[in-house]
Amino acid sequence: MIRQLQLGIRFTLVTMVMLGGGYHAALWAIGQAAFPSQAEGSLIRRADGIIVGSRLIAQKFTRPEYFQSRPSGVDYNAASTGGTNHGPSNPDHLKAVQERLDAVMTQENATASQVPSELVTASGGGLDPHLPPAAVELQAARVAAARNVPVERVRELIATHIEPPTLGFLGRARVNVLELNLALDEEFQ
Amino acid sequence: MSTEYVAVGVTILFTIATSLVLGRYMFKVFTGKRTLLDPLLLPIEKLVLRVTGVDPDEQQGWRQYSVSLLVSNIVMWLATFAIVSLQKVLPLNPDGIANMEPTLAFNTISSFTTNTNLQHYSGETGLSYFTQMFVITFLQFVTAATGVAACIAVIRGLAGNRLAQLGNFYVDMTRATVRVFLPLALVVGTILMWQGTPMTFEGAVHATTVEGQEQVIARGVVAPEVAIKQLGTNGGGYFGPNSTHPYENPTPLANFVESWSITIIPMAMVWTLGYMVSRRRLAVVIFATMLALYVPMVIFAVGQEAGGNPAIAAIGVDQSTGSTEGKEVRFGAGLSALWAVTTTVTSNGSVNAMHDSLTPLGGLMPLVGMWLNNIFGGVGVGFINMLIFVIVAVFVAGMMVGRTPEFLGKKVEGKEIKLASLALLWHPLAILAGTAVASYVWATTADPGTTLGWLKNPGAHGFSEMLYEFSSAAANNGSGFEGLGDNTPFWNISTGLVMLLSRYIPIIAPLALAGALAIKPAAPETSGTLRADSATFGFTLWAVIVILGLLMFMPVAVLGPIAEHLALMK
Repeated sequence: MIRQLQLGIRFTLVTMVMLGGGYHAALWAIGQAAFPSQAEGSLIRRADGIIVGSRLIAQKFTRPEYFQSRPSGVDYNAASTGGTNHGPSNPDHLKAVQERLDAVMTQENATASQVPSELVTASGGGLDPHLPPAAVELQAARVAAARNVPVERVRELIATHIEPPTLGFLGRARVNVLELNLALDEEFQ
Repeated sequence: MSTEYVAVGVTILFTIATSLVLGRYMFKVFTGKRTLLDPLLLPIEKLVLRVTGVDPDEQQGWRQYSVSLLVSNIVMWLATFAIVSLQKVLPLNPDGIANMEPTLAFNTISSFTTNTNLQHYSGETGLSYFTQMFVITFLQFVTAATGVAACIAVIRGLAGNRLAQLGNFYVDMTRATVRVFLPLALVVGTILMWQGTPMTFEGAVHATTVEGQEQVIARGVVAPEVAIKQLGTNGGGYFGPNSTHPYENPTPLANFVESWSITIIPMAMVWTLGYMVSRRRLAVVIFATMLALYVPMVIFAVGQEAGGNPAIAAIGVDQSTGSTEGKEVRFGAGLSALWAVTTTVTSNGSVNAMHDSLTPLGGLMPLVGMWLNNIFGGVGVGFINMLIFVIVAVFVAGMMVGRTPEFLGKKVEGKEIKLASLALLWHPLAILAGTAVASYVWATTADPGTTLGWLKNPGAHGFSEMLYEFSSAAANNGSGFEGLGDNTPFWNISTGLVMLLSRYIPIIAPLALAGALAIKPAAPETSGTLRADSATFGFTLWAVIVILGLLMFMPVAVLGPIAEHLALMK
């Protein structure tokens, strides 16, 4: 039994060093050498070096001149993430969806059937950086009006930001909202 | 709609094809044959064994093998419990995370030493980088390796002819860790970093958003953990929302690689069995039986999620992309539903959509996956569960035709069936009794919503949340209907105990069974032998799994998800 215990302790120590230490060090080195930007979190910096956010992490947009992000169950808190965990029949869930829908319909001057459900339901992690193209196009007229630019030019900008499904079949077509908004600011000062 | 099925089909087919290669490789590793990776990995294996002080030629019977397994796991439990309880003062804690409270630490360490990865904490606020590396990721490797080792030993027992020994636990464990998980995890981790998963020792980022607000973005040593959480069917995520979080699962390609990682080793294990017992046809029959359970579940779940939520349809929004609450735009309904089924049949438990927000019947599929717990199953242990069902099916078929049941030429007798029954019946007992106790406590507490605060969702869905939690604990799965307020002493201790018992009973009982079968002489097959490698047997096995594995869960399925579904259809 003493021997069994010795083996257990020594095996735990050696594998802890190898996996907790060595394995992480190896992947860290690969990351630094090959993918330094991704390894630090795909951060976006302005010309003056200020970090605006991460291209993978949704942030909150409330002003009319910006496209709004996918609703978040945690108000875009990227330090404590999560979904709403609302079940499909939960009255609170249906109420929240109805409220978001009312807001979107007023804001975009749209009917309910024009509103893609992604725009009124919360994402899984609360930080979904994307919206489907239809949910972005719905906001184009409002954004164009707020910026005093022709809506066609906003639509053109959207079109260049649509990421198709990977290899044509994996995942969904989508638009990165933060990148689109940064492009808006650049295009229409 | 149709692209959903294409993506799902391609993912499954690609995983099956590659599992053939890996199954052959694992066979070579565990039988000491040469492989292409030997020059790289053999020195590491030898080093680990030498430092540990293992004599690689020493053989163990099922008792010694089980003792080694338990002792090593107890040592790991104690060491990692100490780390989480002291993480505040240990290094690599840039975000100043506090020590873990004792009942939560008990739950967390029991969860990770049992390969369950049920998480009653949230990674970004509850764990230091040191804990993520030396507790979580470390355990995700060695507990997966424990499962593989146990499975290999059981297979040796089944294949053995008057065999007193099942192998050496530490040799199997080291080989699984160093020569199976480590190279795969390095490759998967690298792909994930390429796609955008962070790997940094720097603390959280303080960003100033476009509209000028502060956004604190948690990050850390994410990629190494995500790789092994999938490959080891662990499932415990770096961040609270697991692989829905864009850092853990940044792109559809990352999602593809992670989906592949969840099932690749459990699938390969079936082929490894075929090689080890020299019966490829048996492996094909078992694999086909598993597919015949898995594929219908996937198709059904995709249909449910793509079909949307009737209550949302009634509100009038455009639901053409299916039910979207709790799902990420980049994956959509199809890949989310595929993942929900895959992660639960395999006892992985990671999620790429919030299961609590799945449609009622879409959410029933993960429950079914955990109730069966053997379709591919967790690395090692899931396949052990399947082998137990195979033995029971042999027994049932033997009784039906009036012959002495035999498996691989060996008589299956009372002792084996008793051990198999113990392993099989513990699972529903833990789930149903646990859910019953929780429901009783909820129902007899005055104003439970305020006093207990467990359930986020009312009615049938609230019942499903409790049912899901015990199913997940007993299946060593780790996913959750996360609306459950589970970080309370009741849930921490009850599910902690269920996880421990549900891990070790279904490992030790089959090891004993394998030990009992190993010493029996294998009789040559005759024309009167009931062949286990036939389509007829595959169908029998399928039926035994469905009837024995699912029927007793029928009442709770009706009380929870089916009741909610009918209410929504009204």
